[in-house]
Amino acid sequence: MANIQNIVDAVSSGSSSAVQQVQDALKRANDKKDFNAILSLTEERALKRAEEIDTKIKNGENAGRLAGVPFIAKDNFLTFGSPTTAASKILENFETPIQATSVEKLEAEGAICIGKANLDAFAHGGSTENSAYGPTKNAVDTTRVAGGSSGGSAVAVALDIVPFTLGSDTGGSIRQPASFNGVVGVKPTYGTVSRFGVVAMASSTDVIGPITKNVADAELVMDVLAGKDHYDATTLPDFFKPQKEISKQKIGIIKEFMGDGVDTEVLSKTNEYIEKLRADGHEVEEVSLPLVSMCLAMYYIIVPAEVSSNLARYDGIRYGVRADANDLSELYGKSRDQGFEAENKRRILIGSYVLSSGYYDAYYNKAAKARTLLIQQFDSLFEKYDVLVGPVVPTPAFKLGENTDDPLKMYMTDVMTTPANLAGVPAISAPAGVTKEGLPVGIQLIGQRRSDAALLALARSMEAHYE
Amino acid sequence: MASISKDDVVYLAGLSNLSLTDEEVESLQGDLGNILDYVGQLSSLDTEGVEPTYQVNDLENVDRPDEVIDYGVTREELLATAPEQKDNQIKVPKVI
Repeated sequence: MANIQNIVDAVSSGSSSAVQQVQDALKRANDKKDFNAILSLTEERALKRAEEIDTKIKNGENAGRLAGVPFIAKDNFLTFGSPTTAASKILENFETPIQATSVEKLEAEGAICIGKANLDAFAHGGSTENSAYGPTKNAVDTTRVAGGSSGGSAVAVALDIVPFTLGSDTGGSIRQPASFNGVVGVKPTYGTVSRFGVVAMASSTDVIGPITKNVADAELVMDVLAGKDHYDATTLPDFFKPQKEISKQKIGIIKEFMGDGVDTEVLSKTNEYIEKLRADGHEVEEVSLPLVSMCLAMYYIIVPAEVSSNLARYDGIRYGVRADANDLSELYGKSRDQGFEAENKRRILIGSYVLSSGYYDAYYNKAAKARTLLIQQFDSLFEKYDVLVGPVVPTPAFKLGENTDDPLKMYMTDVMTTPANLAGVPAISAPAGVTKEGLPVGIQLIGQRRSDAALLALARSMEAHYE
Repeated sequence: MASISKDDVVYLAGLSNLSLTDEEVESLQGDLGNILDYVGQLSSLDTEGVEPTYQVNDLENVDRPDEVIDYGVTREELLATAPEQKDNQIKVPKVI
C-alpha cells in the first residue's frame, strides 16, 4: 500500500484518479470479505465524491491535503451513504441525518469514506467478538481475534484495504487492535479531536484517532482532525503540529507493565525496542506507576457508570429498532433487551449499581478519587520524563472464543491501556516486531497531555529499525 | 464482598429499563457478582481528603455569543430517524 502522501500526489498529478483509488479500495474490500472487518460499503456515494474530486483537479482547483484518499470509519461514527449500527441490533437500520465532525473534516480535505468497520457492539469489548454481526478475524492469523473494540478498523489497514481508518479509544480500543494486527494506532490527548457525531460510550475517557500503516500517515491525519469544534464542548484549541525531528528524550519504562502475567515474547520485543531507544541516544530507565494495579477497578466502575447514562437514549422511541409492546415501559424494556448484546447489558447494570444511592460513594466516587491519585502519579513522572514506554497488551492476539465465557478475563487485557484514558494523556501503539509464530507485538508510548506530536515523532524515528 | 441476588439483578434491570429473560438474570447474577468483587478492591486504597476527578481537561466555562448555530439538519430529517411518526411528531404507545 502506498503511503497517503503518495496517493495524494498521484491523484493530484493525474497519474491516478480519485475514482481509480476508490474502485481499487472497494475491490480489495470485497476480496477480503472473509475477515468480516467491514460492515457496510458506501460505494455509490464514494464514487460520486471521487468524481467530484477528479473534476476539481481537472479544473485546477485545490482538492485538499487528502485528495482522493479512501478511508473507512468505525461503525460508531455517523456517516452518510450506509447505516451507522455501532455493531448493535438496536441501530441495525439507523441512517444518520448528520455526519461526525471528524468525517466532515476529512472530507473537506478530499478524503473519501468508502465504508464502515466492525466493532464490539457500542465499542464494549476487546476482541470484536461482541459485534452483533459476528467477529472480525485477525489479519495475520484467522483463528485469532482482531482485538477491539476497533478490530475492523485495525484489520482493514493491516490488510491494505485502505491506508487509514478511524477508531475510538475508551480504554484501549484503538491501541490494542493496532498491536494485535501490526499497525499504528493513535489515542490522542483527551479533547484533541471532536467526538461530535460519534456514538458516546464513556464521555470522560472517549477519544477518537487514526489507525494507519506508518507514523507519517498518522501525523497527516491527526493534523487534519485536531482542533476545536463548537459542537463538542470538550475539544481543546488546535495544538497539534507535526514535529520533524525528535530531540534526545528522557524515557521511563513502566515497571508495572513488565511484570508477572506478561507474555515472555511480548517482554522480549519490548526490551528490544528499549535497547533501540538507547542505541538512538535516548536516556531510558525504569520507573514506577504503582496505581496501575488499581486501574482496571477504576475503569470498570467509571466507564460502566457513564455507559449506563449514555446508553439510556436507546429506548426504541427516537431512533433504532422498536420492539412490539402494549405499553411504554414494556416498549423500553423489550427494545433494549432485544437491541443490546450481553456485554452492553452487563455494563449498563454495573453502571446502574455503582451509581445507585447507597453504593455511589463506595464505588463511583471512590473510583473518581482514585483517578485523581493516578493523575498525580502520572504528573510526577512527567516532571522527570518526556515519555513512558511499555507493552500495549500483556499477550499477542488470543484465539477466537478463548475469553468469551469470562468477562473479567476479557477485561484483564485492558490493564496497560486504561491508565492513559483515565488520565486523559496521549498514547500510541506502534509495531515492534512479531513473535516466533509471526504474531504482531506493539509498543506503547505514553506522553504528557498535548505531547501527541512529540510521541509520534519519536515513534517515526524508530520505524527505520523495523523495516 | 458484593453479593448479588437474583432480586438485585431484577431491581437493577428495572432501574435500567431492561426486560431480562430468566436465563439472562441467572447468568448476569454470576457475572455481576464477579465484576463487583473485582472492582471492590478499590476499597483498600486510602483516598482520605482526595478530591474526585470527573473530567480531565480542566474545563472552565467559556462564553460565546448567544447565537443559534445551524446543524444543517431539518426537523423532517430528524423525525425520520424515529421508528414511528405521526403529524410531525414521534408516535409512542399510550402513556396514560
